[in-house]
Amino acid sequence: MTANEIYDKLKAEFGDDILAFSEDASTEAFITVRPQRITEVCLYLRDEPEFLFDYMVNLSGVDYKTNMTVVYHLYSLPKNHRIVLKVELDRDTPLVPTVEKVWKTANWHEREAFDMFGIVFEGHPFMVRILCPYDWEGYPLRKDYKEPETYHGIKVAY
Amino acid sequence: MGLLNRLDDPIQGDGIILGTVEDILNWGRSKSDWYLQFGLACCAIEFMALNASHFDMMRFGAIPRTSPRQADFIIVSGTVTLKMADRIKTLYEQMSEPRYVMSMGSCSNSGGPYWEHGYHVLKGVDRIIPVDVYVPGCPPRPEAFFEGLVKLQKMISTQAIFRKREKMSPEDLAALELRQKKVREYQERVKQENADYNDVNRKIYTGYSLDYLKKEESK
Ligand code: SF4
Repeated sequence: MTANEIYDKLKAEFGDDILAFSEDASTEAFITVRPQRITEVCLYLRDEPEFLFDYMVNLSGVDYKTNMTVVYHLYSLPKNHRIVLKVELDRDTPLVPTVEKVWKTANWHEREAFDMFGIVFEGHPFMVRILCPYDWEGYPLRKDYKEPETYHGIKVAY
Repeated sequence: MGLLNRLDDPIQGDGIILGTVEDILNWGRSKSDWYLQFGLACCAIEFMALNASHFDMMRFGAIPRTSPRQADFIIVSGTVTLKMADRIKTLYEQMSEPRYVMSMGSCSNSGGPYWEHGYHVLKGVDRIIPVDVYVPGCPPRPEAFFEGLVKLQKMISTQAIFRKREKMSPEDLAALELRQKKVREYQERVKQENADYNDVNRKIYTGYSLDYLKKEESK
C-alpha cells in the first residue's frame, strides 16, 4: 500500500485528527497526526488487517526550533509497506501519549527521546533518563542546550 | 629459562647472582605486570586482538585480571564518558599500590574525535587519574601498544624502591617537594571544607598513599 492510500484510509477513519500529508521529494512521505490521538492511530495501524504495521523501526525526537517533533517510522512485515508519522508538540511543554503499549520497542526509544529532548511521554511506565547519568542537567540535543562547565568537579571543555 | 641456564653454566654459573634486592624485585615486577582490562569503545576491539594468539600479549608477562585488586596497571582503552569517569576513579582507587595507568588511543589521551563537540566525553583520562604511558592512535596499532607496554616495563624496572630520595635528581626532588607542598595545602583546604574527612581520599588524588604523606608530614 502506498503512503497516499494509507493517508486516505486514515483520513476516513480519524477525520480532522489527521492534520497533514507531505510528499517532499527529499524525504519519505509522512503523515502529521494530532498528538492526543497518536496512540489510537498507532493501534489502528497495527491491528487493521489491511495495514498490519507490526514493527516500529524507529522513534526519534527532532528540535525544529519552532516546535518539538516526534517521528515514528513504521514497517509492516506481512504487507511489506512502510509509513512515517509525525506529531508536532509545543516546544516548552512537549507532552505526547506513549505508544509503549502498542509496540514494546517504543519503551527505550521514548526514554531516549526524553533523555535527549525532554519530551515527556504520558503513560510511559518508567520515564527516566537512559543514556545520560541520572543527575545530568538539561537535554543535550535541544538547540538551546548549553554544555555544562563542570560535571562532578571535572572540567568538561577541552 | 635463560636465567636458569646461565646459573647452571659451569664457567659463569655456580648458582650465584650478584645484584641488589631492588634489581631483582624490579625485574620480577616488570616481567609480570598484570593488568585490569577496561575496554570502553572501538579501541577495545584492537585490544581484543592484542590478547588473541596473533599478537599474544601474554608473552610480555601481562595477564588480564578482572578485579582491580589483583592488577598492577590499568589500560584505559577507549572513549571515557563523564558517566564512566566516576567509575574509573573508583576502580583506580581500588587497585593496590604500586599502580600504573596506560591510556590507549586518542580518546582517552585527549578526547579524540569528541574533543570539541563531545559534551559528555572526558577530554583526557589524565583529568581524573595520573597516566604513566600514553599510546597515540585511533585506534593504535598493536605494535604501537606494545611499544607503550615495553616503555611501561622499562619504567617499572628502573624505579627506585628503597631510599627513593637519594636516587632522585635535584630537579625531580625539588618538583616532588613542590608538589607535595601543594597537595598538603589542598588537602588542608579540603579537610576544612569537608567535615567528613573520609571524603578527602575520594576527592583528590595525591599520588602517594595517605600513610606515606602522614609520615612525610611528621618528619
Ligand atoms: S581513539 Fe578512535 S578507535 Fe579509540 S575509542 Fe576513540 S574513536 Fe575509537
